[in-house]
Amino acid sequence: MEGLLPELDVIRKDFPILERRLDNGQQLVYLDSANTSQKPQVVIDTMVDHLERHNANIARAMHQLGAESTEAFEAARDKVAAFIGAPSRDEVIFTKNATESLNLVANTLAWATGELAIGAGDEVVITEMEHHSNIVPWQLLTQRKGATLRWFGLTDDGQLDLSNLDQLINEKTKVVSLTWVSNMLGTINPVTQIARRAHEVGAIVVVDASQAVPQLPVDVTASGADLLAFTGHKVVGPTGIGVLWGKRAVLDQLPPFHGGGEMIETVRMDVSTYAGIPHKFEAGTPPIVEAIGLGAAVDYLGHIGMKAIHAHEQAITAYALEGLATVPGLTVLGPLDATQRGGAISFELEGVHPHDIAQVLDSRGIAVRAGHHCAKPAHARFGVQSSTRMSSYLYTTPTEIDALVEGLEYTRSYFKLG
Amino acid sequence: MSTELDSLYQDIILDHAKRRLNAGLREPFEAEVHHVNPTCGDEVTLRLHLEGDVVRDISYDNQGCSISTASASVMTELLVGKTVAETQPIHDAFLEMMRGKGQVEPDEDVLEDAIAFAGAAKLTARIKCALLSWMAFQDALVRAQEDSDA
Repeated sequence: MEGLLPELDVIRKDFPILERRLDNGQQLVYLDSANTSQKPQVVIDTMVDHLERHNANIARAMHQLGAESTEAFEAARDKVAAFIGAPSRDEVIFTKNATESLNLVANTLAWATGELAIGAGDEVVITEMEHHSNIVPWQLLTQRKGATLRWFGLTDDGQLDLSNLDQLINEKTKVVSLTWVSNMLGTINPVTQIARRAHEVGAIVVVDASQAVPQLPVDVTASGADLLAFTGHKVVGPTGIGVLWGKRAVLDQLPPFHGGGEMIETVRMDVSTYAGIPHKFEAGTPPIVEAIGLGAAVDYLGHIGMKAIHAHEQAITAYALEGLATVPGLTVLGPLDATQRGGAISFELEGVHPHDIAQVLDSRGIAVRAGHHCAKPAHARFGVQSSTRMSSYLYTTPTEIDALVEGLEYTRSYFKLG
Repeated sequence: MSTELDSLYQDIILDHAKRRLNAGLREPFEAEVHHVNPTCGDEVTLRLHLEGDVVRDISYDNQGCSISTASASVMTELLVGKTVAETQPIHDAFLEMMRGKGQVEPDEDVLEDAIAFAGAAKLTARIKCALLSWMAFQDALVRAQEDSDA
């Protein structure tokens, strides 16, 4: 099959969990990578080595371990900056996850003064395909500031409806926040085109890249984003670490988020001054070993190459779409052209509820996600309450897709769908 | 593999999931509640009609997996026609079974068809599916009784 990673067997050996036998003796078929990705040995080893040999708090401990720990933590920032093409390492802020990154932006915008201030009459634009973490923070912001929340609708084939682009993004628009790749529909959105329009009217552009950074070569500058969020655990890194990248000019204008240690320049009892970026937004002891693990993760992906990983995802996705099309009663939600979408494929199987599908697949060792995937409005748009989602990654094989398709056939027969 | 599935998807459950006894929203009713399972999005709107001390009707509109729809169906079959006092030991026994991590031996004399959910009780992810309509019923009962006290 064209496009597959050339040394797929070798890559799979990097991920020890893929060898796992489940309770019933089944070989694991992990098709839930959009939920969280599995971790290569190098990430696990890097984190263990740090904890075993270098553990100390960062940026304050005046001893050898403190210096080593600080160096490793800041080296992780360099690695992430290089991975996403950030013009400056200081523009990379470590957070807990993408949700915290987006909430950091929405909250500090609520407190912002000057050009970025948001008030009555202003508008924030999102889309109907957002994850809840890119909906609720903007609802909170607009409710608190008396501003208006608007959104792009979706077309029947799961694309953003851009027919009213110029009307929706207008002189009142202060922020446009959208996902790059949909976690439910798989749609890849034209971020650059939308960013161009947003910048014409002076709005800032926030991009939820949680599903994009794992799958696409990402250059933050070329994307058109002013601020961009993603999470570590979907890029073969650990949980508990996320990233907010922002243009220096925007980050400098935003007020601090959390107050505390590390984010200050000096503190007096009556007033404090703040550190510059990135530390301004990193109050308190950060997730140190998680950041270091993320550094190892993006290094690993970088060695394989994001172009090659993207090609692999497209090949697997095309193969999966083909296979799913053979299952009677199955409808894919979202674009059907693998070149136009990411590797998360949500579908419905007529006559069986997604939880029942997931249960039967689980009995065969196949891990998928069932539910609303934290995208209830996108499900409502397509008139469904929930769906089943398979999502592949760089370690997914065509054989695993075959197992899924067979599992779905079995599900149909188990529930006597003829 | 399929014995494991079969202990979850017992015929009683698959049968009730298809038949959905007492489904649909009807009048009259003294209380209407809407319950959701936020993790999976399953939902139920449930109406309770009491006549004096007797549960005369439980009507509902729900969306969910076979476990949650079958559970609503079994529950209405068990509880409709009983006095409020009679429903409580059944409700308690069902909760005890579902929260018992598969360790509680259910009493078929009390739970009748509902013992079929003992398999679901072993699966943490499915317990809430089975409990959704039962929690909605209990909530509706409290509200109906509050209103009649007021």
